[in-house]
Amino acid sequence: MALPYRRSAVEFQLNGESRQVGGPLTVVSLLERFDLGRRRVAVAINDEVVPRSRFAEVEIHEGDHVEVIHAVGGG
Amino acid sequence: MSGTYRLGEHEFSSRLIVGSGKYSSFEENRRALDASGTEMTTVAVRRVDLSQKGAGSLLEHVPPERFVLLPNTAGCFTVKEAVTTAQLARELLDTKLIKLEVIGDERTLFPDCAATLEAARILVDDGFTVLPYIGDDPVACQRLEEIGCAAVMPLAAPIGSGLGIRNPTNIRIILESVSVPVIVDAGVGTASDAAVAMELGCTAVLMSTGIAAAKDPVKMATAMRLAVEAGRLAYEAGRMPRRLYAQASSPEEGLIDVG
Repeated sequence: MALPYRRSAVEFQLNGESRQVGGPLTVVSLLERFDLGRRRVAVAINDEVVPRSRFAEVEIHEGDHVEVIHAVGGG
Repeated sequence: MSGTYRLGEHEFSSRLIVGSGKYSSFEENRRALDASGTEMTTVAVRRVDLSQKGAGSLLEHVPPERFVLLPNTAGCFTVKEAVTTAQLARELLDTKLIKLEVIGDERTLFPDCAATLEAARILVDDGFTVLPYIGDDPVACQRLEEIGCAAVMPLAAPIGSGLGIRNPTNIRIILESVSVPVIVDAGVGTASDAAVAMELGCTAVLMSTGIAAAKDPVKMATAMRLAVEAGRLAYEAGRMPRRLYAQASSPEEGLIDVG
């Protein structure tokens, strides 16, 4: 029996690098996968900011450009 | 320190705003911030380095409960980059404040005036408290005020140059041209530069390299705190008029007659 479509791997760009992760992939599961679950970060998908309140529901799709940013020193 | 000033929802009594980059460690950064007496520090937003798991975080040392954080759009060369960066920063730090920088030239890091105006318009409409970095151009500052920016932040000299207030007459004209706070941003190299900016009547001074690149950043942070306070007090006190010739301080009558 074929696996449901949603279980197939998702290929996307994460901070400029190509990644392949088993789907379905929400922002929350992405952050946990990269050990960022406890870090204060913000996320944009295809140049659109994802509100933190929607991290659990928003899914990353094939070909998405995902940016995960944090605060660093700067003038 | 006399008086307070407002930027959007925030009220400040310290007139020194300090950057958070270029220090040798987070600890030194924090010590310098404490010594400066600042209530607000700038931060940049950058991609998380996914290969550096468990790296220390700036916000552990510069906690938002202790300092108002002013995110910047440093390094952005287009309106879209600046606007997206500002929106990410707002989500990251739960703040409406944004130090808007749209850079027009890599070598001088001078701002792109037209792009800064366009980005400012978008961000003001989106509800941000926009603090734009801009050239020492009174007309550009007037336009930014008309758009609804909460302050204007003319450069004193190129970012990181430490050249001091290169065009004090333009800063004076800007001060007469706008009613929003004027914050000198960039170019302050030592304490006297900060004092000059404040004596001109600027609301505040924003600096980063002037403290971080000193041999002893914590001591320089103290010097900058005192300079900003001294300059502000001198401005409020109102300086004496300049005269070309001497005017004796001691009485000219009652001198003794010798010989």
